[in-house]
Amino acid sequence: MNFFIPFWTILTKEIRRFTRIWPQTLLPPAITTSLYFLIFGKLIGDRIGLINGVSYMDYIVPGVILMSVISHSYANVVSSFYSTKFQRHIEELLVAPVPNFVILSGYVGGGVARGVLVGTVVALISTLFAKIQVQNWMVAMSVFFLTAILFALAGFINAVFADSFDDISIIPNFILTPLSYLGGVFYSVSMLPDIWQTISLGNPILYMINAFRFGLIGVSDIDVIMAFSITGGFIVFLTLLSLLLLYKGVGIKN
Amino acid sequence: MQALSIKNLKKTYRNGFVALKGLDLNVESGDFFALLGPNGAGKSTAIGIISSLVTKTSGSVSIFGHDLDKQRTQAKMNIGLVPQEINFNQFETVRNIVINQAGYYGIPRKEAKRRADHCIKQMDLWDKRDSVSRRLSGGMKRRVMIARAMVHSPKLLILDEPTAGVDIEIRRAMWEMMEMANQQGTTIILTTHYLEEAESLCRNIAIINQGEIVENSDMQSLLAKINMQYFMLNLSEPVKQAPQVHGYQMEMLEPSVLNVGVPKEKGLNPLFHQLSEQGIKVHSLKNKSNRLEQLFLDIVQ
Repeated sequence: MNFFIPFWTILTKEIRRFTRIWPQTLLPPAITTSLYFLIFGKLIGDRIGLINGVSYMDYIVPGVILMSVISHSYANVVSSFYSTKFQRHIEELLVAPVPNFVILSGYVGGGVARGVLVGTVVALISTLFAKIQVQNWMVAMSVFFLTAILFALAGFINAVFADSFDDISIIPNFILTPLSYLGGVFYSVSMLPDIWQTISLGNPILYMINAFRFGLIGVSDIDVIMAFSITGGFIVFLTLLSLLLLYKGVGIKN
Repeated sequence: MQALSIKNLKKTYRNGFVALKGLDLNVESGDFFALLGPNGAGKSTAIGIISSLVTKTSGSVSIFGHDLDKQRTQAKMNIGLVPQEINFNQFETVRNIVINQAGYYGIPRKEAKRRADHCIKQMDLWDKRDSVSRRLSGGMKRRVMIARAMVHSPKLLILDEPTAGVDIEIRRAMWEMMEMANQQGTTIILTTHYLEEAESLCRNIAIINQGEIVENSDMQSLLAKINMQYFMLNLSEPVKQAPQVHGYQMEMLEPSVLNVGVPKEKGLNPLFHQLSEQGIKVHSLKNKSNRLEQLFLDIVQ
């Protein structure tokens, strides 16, 4: 059997879903990030001056873009796959000869598509406020896509374990958002006291934001190779965990 | 060729409930098969395992000779399932639900659209093809599930209480659809609580109770086991008490209504003859209970 067709069916279904409800999925990040750029970047940023040799506006652009990628790739998969479980149409996939890796790829692909689309919208908005010359396209695009994949996988695992709509909002609200804000979106970790610098190194989002910042403006608080290793390691771990959960039927089979 | 072969199938849920105690069942290709049993007997668990929605504890299931564990793809390609409860995306249109399902079976988009349109028309849903499914009536939702189950032309169609809660007009349309599919070669397994439905449609039957098959035969042989049929007689004139009629069970329900147990070997003629001798005239009669229902209750109670 040709597994590309079921994969493509799931992926296009997912993309149709979030583009159909674009006022909920694409418009809010455009408005929120415009406000970030206006208030933090322009109004406050002009008084802050340079950070690590670049303007504050240029400094926050990579983090704001990547924060949108993280939250939207996660949100898409967690809400879509939970809804698939909740409405029981996961059974459509379980009855059919769709292998687990195809189910996972389809949903993660949908999350990546939304994360990348929202990230691109935010990047386009940023051009109204900052004039960034991309320093390393390869690094920037790799981090952009790998981050979307990683958080789409994390959203999938959250959805597998979720038993209620509360369960799909706890991790984004209480873990993901704080880690994103504390991941150096609006500041350099070198500005923190030593103890908080050390603690910040335990936050994986810090590595991705800094690697993306390196790709866009050539500035980073951490080693980029380390960032790729950590991101790659997480992707491998979360992929294997997701496949194991699907194989065991956790949350989807009796 | 066997459409379905189940061997020593066991299922124990995590809470310790034993749903299947070693089920053995064979369904021949082309059959119209009834799988009956009281609530909680294990029917839905068995269907869940056959259609990969429930994980078995042990045993084996083969679909048209393909083992569900070893030749998963081939086995699954042959099954279509119409589940008991609505399980499609309520925010999706009817057409997209059916097209997507075809995609899950690896059918290219163009062909999927052609097949989906054919199944939607067959289910008389063409006018509703672009409607969001949550706006459909209960009967239409069930027909969407049948169209979805048929889109990949399965050789084995399993319908888990497809007519529960739908009006008689839709029920009859579903019967016609099932008979037509069966005549075209599709093997059908039907579970239902409407036993007259099973009696009129199915050629073979298995009754499952407490996780075990307690009866498995062809419908005619099973119905032949009935020893006693019950009739209600409406009398032309009331009587004071139930008349004594040799060889028949007689009970007075109302002064002009009698309930009569008629042994299979005796028939009705001697009854009328004896009643006539006692000056009792019968105005009309009706068969009191469904034959299969009576047997079913004898077996499972």
